Amino acid sequence: MDHILSATFLTGLLAAMMRMATPIIFGTLGEILSERAGVLNLGIEGIMLMGAMSGFLTTLHTGSLWLGVAAAALSGVLLALLMALLTVTLGLSQHVSGLGITLFSTGLAMFIYRLSVGSPVNPPTVTPFTQVALPALSSIPILGEAFFTQYALVYVAFLLIPVLWVLLYRTTWGLAIRTVGENPFAADTVGISVPLVRTLCLAAGGALMGVGGAFLTLAHQNMFLIDVVGGRGWISIAMVIFGNWDPVRGAAGALIFGLLDAFQLRLQALGVDLPFHLFLALPYVLTVVALVGVSRKSSAPAALLKPYRREEKG
Amino acid sequence: MPTTVMTERIAVRSPQKSPAVRASFPVKAREQEQVPEPVVEMRAIRKTFLDVVANERVNFSLRPGEICALLGENGAGKTTLMNILFGYYAADEGEILIHGKKVSFASPRDAIACRIGMVHQHFTLVPSQTVLENVVVGSSGGRFFLDMKRAREKLCALQKRFGLAVDPDAPVWTLPIGGQQKVEILKALYRDARILILDEPTAVLAPLETRELFDTLRTLAAEGCSIVFISHKLYEVMEIAHRVVVLAKGVICAERSVSETDERELANLMVGHELAGKTATARKAGAALLSVSRLTVRNDKGLDAVKDLSLDVHSGEVVGLAGVSGNGQMELADALFGLRVPTSGTIVLDGAALPDGNPKSRVDRHMGRIPEDRMTTGLMLDLSVEDNLVMEHHGDFRRSGMLDREAIGDHAEGLMCDFGIKADGRRAPARTLSGGNLQKIILARELSADPKVVVAAQPTRGLDVGAIEYVHGRILEARDRGAATLLISEDLDEIFALSDRIAVLYEGRIMGIADRKYATKEQIGLWMSGIRDVLCA
Ligand SMILES: Nc1ncnc2c1ncn2[C@@H]1O[C@H](COP(=O)(O)OP(=O)(O)OP(=O)(O)O)[C@@H](O)[C@H]1O
Ligand SMILES: [Mg+2]
Repeated sequence: MDHILSATFLTGLLAAMMRMATPIIFGTLGEILSERAGVLNLGIEGIMLMGAMSGFLTTLHTGSLWLGVAAAALSGVLLALLMALLTVTLGLSQHVSGLGITLFSTGLAMFIYRLSVGSPVNPPTVTPFTQVALPALSSIPILGEAFFTQYALVYVAFLLIPVLWVLLYRTTWGLAIRTVGENPFAADTVGISVPLVRTLCLAAGGALMGVGGAFLTLAHQNMFLIDVVGGRGWISIAMVIFGNWDPVRGAAGALIFGLLDAFQLRLQALGVDLPFHLFLALPYVLTVVALVGVSRKSSAPAALLKPYRREEKG
Repeated sequence: MPTTVMTERIAVRSPQKSPAVRASFPVKAREQEQVPEPVVEMRAIRKTFLDVVANERVNFSLRPGEICALLGENGAGKTTLMNILFGYYAADEGEILIHGKKVSFASPRDAIACRIGMVHQHFTLVPSQTVLENVVVGSSGGRFFLDMKRAREKLCALQKRFGLAVDPDAPVWTLPIGGQQKVEILKALYRDARILILDEPTAVLAPLETRELFDTLRTLAAEGCSIVFISHKLYEVMEIAHRVVVLAKGVICAERSVSETDERELANLMVGHELAGKTATARKAGAALLSVSRLTVRNDKGLDAVKDLSLDVHSGEVVGLAGVSGNGQMELADALFGLRVPTSGTIVLDGAALPDGNPKSRVDRHMGRIPEDRMTTGLMLDLSVEDNLVMEHHGDFRRSGMLDREAIGDHAEGLMCDFGIKADGRRAPARTLSGGNLQKIILARELSADPKVVVAAQPTRGLDVGAIEYVHGRILEARDRGAATLLISEDLDEIFALSDRIAVLYEGRIMGIADRKYATKEQIGLWMSGIRDVLCA
């Protein structure tokens, strides 16, 4: 137990928390943006996987990590636009469309990956991102190494939290997005194009989800496996509810999840005599428990899940 | 702002004239000698929804500074016509000219740019956002960051000018309906609307609030704003409008200057026949079927809205419960309907106490419930008309455990015919019906089931005069069959027309109960404002 309290243990734990939380922060922020405009994007799990795959392959073939990130964002945008076509333009069920996109992109990601690299015994790898120590900040004892010696994408994720918050609450666009998500009829009658806002939010959200996926294959690991995403998309959706559709609180939820995830890894490593599946389940179980407590007073955007068309009254 | 308007009016190009319409404009003592050119001209407008023709060959014009009332039965196409002017619907045929220039609106954005504003029949507000946020949304003028300070200044200036007092920082859900109405008007004015469309703005207002609204409208008209005013209350139209246009079945059937018409003629034009002006003949009341005793109910904010209220309604009588909105009517109705659990007190229906917060017991014991908010508690908007008509009684339409579609259909056809529900067939989703027709569905469902007790909250809100006459007839019919009816209404005319006894609700308590025969509107009015009999005191 002394071990747990040591400085190195703490630094390692916090650093791992940041790494574990990052893809979920990307996913959560992307999902918040979509849902605030009134569209639940259940395609997130598949979009993250496509991001992981396209980012990996692009880097594998070009050698450029940032090109990989861009490709992941692009694939996210394209899939989100497909989602927009189904739910915004055609007004189909958001649940069915989202799950459809997840199934579709899971298959597609595997297909493209196989097509590109075949099925070698040892899966190909890329040289992943390396940690960047921020000058001055990284020399703070314990915390410096945990928070300020990280991958560039980690910094990007944490910067995006306040950016999204300011966008939603302090800009005219944000007010438009929130109004579209609460009462599209009201938005329409003040001249805001509901389909346009929803499509843009989905697209931008999709880009974030894609980058979240790419973080997994370009920084967290250095290869692509079919289960790299491993439910992080679904966890992001839970974090949106946990955070009551607020970027800061949603990201806080992602951090807590990251901490639990990092902690269970370490518990496993300590060799506690319990089946490791239990540890794996720990963060998820606690997420469910937390959701039960929080979602009672949740205030989902009022028009979430509701398609909007002008000629239909309501 | 007003200075720019004047120059604008001079700058407009000469529009095509239509002498017949021109002659009917009231000659007002304005600066211009000749009749000013129309601000809006809608020509030969046609609009259909699938099979329903909502507007046909409609020519409508509006001049500066004019208040034009648009009348017509429920479903006549008033809202549709105005939605076309507002760019919300695209007309199938016809053209719109603004200041003599042909325009084609793809969305309300274009209409707003032409300085048209519309207050919709059903509010277009976001309850969780503040008044200020609701007002400024979509009017950024290209700015990226919200400039709340400037917005607040502009809003306050508007409020001062037009007397529309609401707290800019209050979340909209905390405002009473009258306050929300003000926010809607401010929203239009904030966008510098010079052509203002108000779709049944007074349907939800108390008499005093209506008077305030009219003051605002007069100020606006005096500043050169043109106003379209939709209402079913003819005396309001006579009071505020200069000109009246009557729509019937989507076609304009008459146009009058207010100075040369009266309520009687307007009612005639709308409905197509003389109104009987039904008043209840007093009857002998039987046993108490509904007894409320010592009822206390909290509102959403946790305060007592109904305080220790006791009231009996007897078989074969209508008790009218008058009062300004917000004095506990909604909470009382909710408690009676079983939608809100009272903190204390009992409700007894025909000798047996009703369990608290149990709506099904009300249905089982034959209480006819006509809720105030038809959109959320009265109807399932996504279900068909026929399904809505059997909603509480679908158990009676079963054959071997399955819904008997045929019987449901027949039932619906019968009621739609009886109650004159206008819809695109009995399978049409309820949300496609006009506001008045939605209310008729509820009335048809509740009154046709032969209720013992009827609790009706604002049963004719938003209905046209013909429909009101019909509804009143039906309520009296139910009474004559021996039903005990509690009529909760803010409309004194309605209260006086139907009630055998009149009670007044003020701040959650009964201020007094009077027999209709001896009650006067003055006395009831005093009670409604919380003043007990001055003379007796
Ligand atoms: N979006 C829509 N889809 C289908 N039908 C519609 C739609 N909007 C209106 N209608 C139909 O068009 C007709 C005119 O409706 P509208 O709402 O314009 O009536 P209204 O004169 O405003 O009535 P009310 O006084 O009850 O508000 C009605 O028969 C209505 O059912
Ligand atoms: Mg209408």
